[in-house]
Amino acid sequence: MTTTEEHKPFEASAVPLTAHKESVANKLFGGVSLVSASLILVTLAAVATFLLVEAWPALTDTSGELAAKVDWIRPEMGQSLIQIVGYLVFGTVLISAIALLIATPLSIGIALFISHYAPRKLAAGLGYVIDLLAAIPSVVYGLWGAIVVLPVLQPFYNWLGDNLGWIPLFAPDPLTGTVSNTGRVALSAGIVLAIMIIPIITAVTREVFLQTPVLHEEAALAMGATRWEMVRMAVFPFGRSGMIGATMLGLGRALGETMAVYMILSPGLSYSFAILQGGLHNTIAANIALKFPEANSEGVSALIAMGLALFVITLLVNMLARWIVSRRSEFSGAN
Amino acid sequence: MKIATRTGVIATATVLTFALAACSPSNEEPTAATDAATTTAATDAATEPAEAMTLSGSLNGAGASSQESAMEAWRAGFQTINPDVTVNYDPVGSGGGRTQFLDGGTLFAGSDSLMDSDEYASAVTRCDAESGAIHLPMYISPIAVIFNVDGVTSLNMDADTIAQIFDGKITNWNDPAIVDQNDGVELPDLAITTVHRADESGTSSNFTDYLEKASSSWPYEASGEWPNALGESGPGTSAVVQIVTDTQGTIGYADASRAGSLGTVALKVGEEYVPFSAEAAAAVVDASPLAEGANGENDLAYELDRTTTASGAYPLVLVSYHILCQQYDDAADRDLVTGFLKYVASPEGQQTAASAAGSSPISADLSSEITSILDTIAATK
Repeated sequence: MTTTEEHKPFEASAVPLTAHKESVANKLFGGVSLVSASLILVTLAAVATFLLVEAWPALTDTSGELAAKVDWIRPEMGQSLIQIVGYLVFGTVLISAIALLIATPLSIGIALFISHYAPRKLAAGLGYVIDLLAAIPSVVYGLWGAIVVLPVLQPFYNWLGDNLGWIPLFAPDPLTGTVSNTGRVALSAGIVLAIMIIPIITAVTREVFLQTPVLHEEAALAMGATRWEMVRMAVFPFGRSGMIGATMLGLGRALGETMAVYMILSPGLSYSFAILQGGLHNTIAANIALKFPEANSEGVSALIAMGLALFVITLLVNMLARWIVSRRSEFSGAN
Repeated sequence: MKIATRTGVIATATVLTFALAACSPSNEEPTAATDAATTTAATDAATEPAEAMTLSGSLNGAGASSQESAMEAWRAGFQTINPDVTVNYDPVGSGGGRTQFLDGGTLFAGSDSLMDSDEYASAVTRCDAESGAIHLPMYISPIAVIFNVDGVTSLNMDADTIAQIFDGKITNWNDPAIVDQNDGVELPDLAITTVHRADESGTSSNFTDYLEKASSSWPYEASGEWPNALGESGPGTSAVVQIVTDTQGTIGYADASRAGSLGTVALKVGEEYVPFSAEAAAAVVDASPLAEGANGENDLAYELDRTTTASGAYPLVLVSYHILCQQYDDAADRDLVTGFLKYVASPEGQQTAASAAGSSPISADLSSEITSILDTIAATK
């Protein structure tokens, strides 16, 4: 109803509201948006404060009480709290990087297909299906990954280990001489995470690609460019900051993803790049989910300290993304 | 047009406001009434202990998640007999359960491990500053060593072999240490993948305790956290069973009720190999001595004898206790706790848990001993 009215511009808005009414409405909406905006800041500050306050006992513990009270903190095995956080940060970044490496090219391909290659009807349907992927809860992805995907991937891992085992990434376990028999490895977690972040990256890049000025595209085509050259010359430069922003959004989700990693990965602590061996990696979020149920108050404090580390990483990623986007936007075709 | 819509909105908002306002008091009334009824009923029960059969009120406990499915069955069974009683059990884990009990938040705790001396001391303060708290073994569950090797449904192993497998010293199924104990079983040339629990658990704690005590090849201490960095792992029993089911050449450990059709290991006890069974699991508890530092003869805190040579005993078991005060402040609380725990210890309660959770019923002797201990629980008023 309202939309049809909006299309008749001068009829509706030409009826002037009285000055008094307008000022009330202005104040009201101004106030509502101010409250909403401040609420976000307050929430963020509250989370940061909570993390700091709760993690403080674990962070400042020097008496070794933490190691005595928490079973999984074992300084004698090189697993003090700070060392564990180090391993987990490495695992988190490694698995997210795998996910991003797989998801980014795929997502850009899908977005490009939807925006520039597919027939209109197919594009609409495909876009809808991709959005549906985003609606699947991560615990379902985890179950699906653990029960369906792992057995499918494992023979492929065997092949990789047998033929490309000399590459450190695909190195087999020195003890057994094979890669993981279960497939519960960092690469699997990365692949499932990639599937989970594809919808986000695709949705954002698709929107950006669709914004490309038609004049730019037609100009490129008029100069005799093929369709691919047109995409390279007109669409990509225009959408570059959008693509980076989308990738960072995806990275943000990958960094914090919990359930899927929790259910797919055999956790462990190391700085190994062997992504086909089980029991070497874990992520911060999955580790918190794993250790929380049986944690005592000292354990909870140590876990929250890990949460703080994740918070800082995510903050850094977002700031980096902002910075890149703002830097790039000056040179993009958008202006 | 617009004005009409606005009026509509305002009208709706007004109606809503009134409706909501009307809602709140009418919502509160029945709750208050129910509360009052519960309180009265509880007071009645307290003043007339003679009518112990008509228990009412709510009984709160918390603790080990190992007992969770048994507890569901016990709750349902007990509430059928005593329709006015509500039993709540929060499966927060053994440590959390003991803490809640010692803080006075719950009337009993479920725990896979025994209280340490500090906890015994704070139990004295929590209960009556005198006789403190006791353990009663209510839930016995054998832990099965499960494996997945094509065509093999049962293997014989001694504790040393199992310890070496889980410590990465034996890495192939056709290792002589395994073959020698299994005449006539065709074992393949296949790498062993060990699977353990990724989370902290009572199952891991009992399994490593068995390896530590029964073998000479296990260099670690018993711990709920898996001690080494070898092999694969999954969160929870379901994940371990899933991994072993899905992958050839795996070996893991899990609650025996979850072993399903997987191959299981018969443990060497004395000179014979004993597969897990309900009777064999209950037998090792009966053959075990009480722990040092137990709180008097009513405290049935067992030091499980993992090295038992008793015929037909299966030493790899998880025993989960209920921890309760020897004396409660309130007779109504006392009646609820003892009433419920008597049901749990009764042959009927144990059978209910066995069919619901696959646990091993405690022996008849232990059952009657627990009942007579529960009869001695006192109340100050």
